[in-house]
Amino acid sequence: MPERNLVQAINHALAHEMERDERVVVLGEDVGFNGGVFRVTEGLQARFGRDRVVDTPLAESGIMGTAIGLAMADMRPVPEIQFEGFLGPAYDQLVNHAARYRTRTRSAITIPLTVRVPVGGGIHAPELHSDSPEAIYAHTPGLKVVMPSTPYDAKGLLLAAIRDPDPVLYFEPKRVYRSFKEEVPDEDYTIPIGQAKVVSEGTDITVITWGAPVFQCLAAMDALPEDVSMELIDLRTIYPIDMDTVIESVRKTGRAVVVHEAPKTCGMGAEISSIIQEHCFLHLEAPVQRVAGFDTVMPYYKLELEYLPEAPRIEKGIMECLAY
Amino acid sequence: MPRKTVFQASVEFLQILDEDAKLDAKLAKDTLTDDEVKFLYEQMIINRQLDEIAFKLQRSGRMGTYPQNKGQEAAALGSGFAAKKGSDYIVPCYRENGSMFLHGLPMHYVLLHWMGDERGNQIPDGVNVTPIAIPIGTQMLHATGMAMAFKIRKEPRVAVTYFGDGATSEGDFHEAMNFAGSFQAPVVFFCQNNQWAISVPRETQTNCETIAQKSVAYGMPGIQCDGNDLFAVFRATREALDRARAGGGPSFIEAVTYRLADHTTADDAKRYRDPEEVEAWASKDPIIRHRKYLEAKGLWDDAKQAETEARAKTIVQEIVRAAEGIEKPSVEEVFDSTFAELPPEIRRQRDTLRTSSIGQEPDQAGLRAHEEARA
Ligand SMILES: Cc1ncc(C[n+]2csc(CCOP(=O)(O)OP(=O)(O)O)c2C)c(N)n1
Ligand SMILES: [Mg+2]
Repeated sequence: MPERNLVQAINHALAHEMERDERVVVLGEDVGFNGGVFRVTEGLQARFGRDRVVDTPLAESGIMGTAIGLAMADMRPVPEIQFEGFLGPAYDQLVNHAARYRTRTRSAITIPLTVRVPVGGGIHAPELHSDSPEAIYAHTPGLKVVMPSTPYDAKGLLLAAIRDPDPVLYFEPKRVYRSFKEEVPDEDYTIPIGQAKVVSEGTDITVITWGAPVFQCLAAMDALPEDVSMELIDLRTIYPIDMDTVIESVRKTGRAVVVHEAPKTCGMGAEISSIIQEHCFLHLEAPVQRVAGFDTVMPYYKLELEYLPEAPRIEKGIMECLAY
Repeated sequence: MPRKTVFQASVEFLQILDEDAKLDAKLAKDTLTDDEVKFLYEQMIINRQLDEIAFKLQRSGRMGTYPQNKGQEAAALGSGFAAKKGSDYIVPCYRENGSMFLHGLPMHYVLLHWMGDERGNQIPDGVNVTPIAIPIGTQMLHATGMAMAFKIRKEPRVAVTYFGDGATSEGDFHEAMNFAGSFQAPVVFFCQNNQWAISVPRETQTNCETIAQKSVAYGMPGIQCDGNDLFAVFRATREALDRARAGGGPSFIEAVTYRLADHTTADDAKRYRDPEEVEAWASKDPIIRHRKYLEAKGLWDDAKQAETEARAKTIVQEIVRAAEGIEKPSVEEVFDSTFAELPPEIRRQRDTLRTSSIGQEPDQAGLRAHEEARA
């Protein structure tokens, strides 16, 4: 079976779906001739032509707005926003139009749209190239938000996103882009949106995360004392959240730590803690802990590792949770 | 019912020092003196040297991504020199180091910025320059707002804002132009048309023959000039500044130039650019052209060149030393610069940083006592 890294898996999934469904159109800045600044769309324009892999003018609102129009005209647009920091100009189109069209037309008009966006820190990038905005969009009714952390999941989730009848934000943790390869089959498969994955089973404590921190959590797990049995959940979909997997795990372990790169206040950790206390109150041995980014602007890269939840800080959070 | 032309427009192109370094003396009148050209040429060499060293710093892992200015030095310097230091305001993007330096930005600030350190944006008092702008096309609105303030307060000041050809596709660009035109704000829009926005060629950005003609739609004068010609850039900018100061509102300048290097150190332009195109523009390099001009006038020779290059090396070494010599910032700094007064939750996160994983009440669970007892 072919081994692929995250970039290659997404590239392969895009090609796969473009081959299968001629309505799929990729558009964005530098995605065509140059194959994207991270090479995620490499080779697609040569293969599928300039009508289906479109180098757009430099305008995110333009990209998002025309993608909505394409979707309304029965295409399956997969726009790319080059970095999460540049979702700003596209926000109005995404939140006020893509997210609301179905409801405001009582399903007469729907927007099957998959917005690909590299996210997250840890790669020494310039300003506005390292944020984690998932909670903003999870808080937007009408949008689905996914974030694969592995190449295998990346393909399955991308195919599910493109085939979904509603708008999906597909966040790509850029720190993982080339960090490892794994087997990604050529065959067609999807990973349902809204399904978390238990990465590692355990009985003492549940750690819930997604994106690049999955690997920080694994490193933290390795550093824990021998006798601690940790369960790690990779959420994979941020919204709609897989409550069942989280609840089942926490009922078993009685302890939970949520880890994310985004700022702590109003981050997804807040929502997940709340779900846990609503559904697992009588099972809890400790308050749910959050190991997250600070409530500050994401610092430039000299300090990004202090800001991000790196393994030692996660380990500390786990030990604090266990100390109750 | 008549059908007639109700509006017509045209766009001028201005070149004063041509590719062969021949000067149009009439157009050059009242522009730059010999000493000024010499000074600006030296600045070009220093800026080019900074670029080369910055590139090496990135390649050797001493600095993050850096966007070279190579080839666009005349556009940045000629326009920056036309503006009034300490009075006018420079609102840049990231490819006009020369203009920022002319207006007093300490040169190592630019390196600090690209070294991932916000102190590179901590502009000293009295330096009328805003920090490097990363989100494309956004800063022109700020320049317009500043210019509106100058107008309200009846100050004879102008905001000069820089951006690329790609930036003219963003909605914010059009809103800035429209506001400036509508309010007759004293702002100069200086577009560095370097023909590329990363891998996207100028023709993909707009179906217009020129970028300058966009000014027409917003009711302001626009001109296209040779961006590798100090005289043309200076003259076009000076005219725009004079007009703004005289109450004539905004102007638009399209400086036709070329990005001789990759987009940034993270880019490989060989993937998408025709080497012949790069070759052709390399021969229009402003450093070659202005050296030729100065030499023909007997103002420059090999000895001066060697001496200036050596001086540029020393200056840049100093800049690198200053940027690398600064101590790593503390995380507390990030918190402290979040608000004038820290809200309790941020203060808690700041103060528990070293003791707690989560910024909550430190040691609520008695973990530390537990650990101490074990030790
Ligand atoms: C809003 C926004 N979108 C995308 C980017 C990514 N990006 C950085 S530079 C660039 C191209 C800019 O082209 P241009 O305006 O012509 O300036 P140049 O780099 O050529 O000087 C792009 C797409 C960004 N920084 N900001
Ligand atoms: Mg450009």
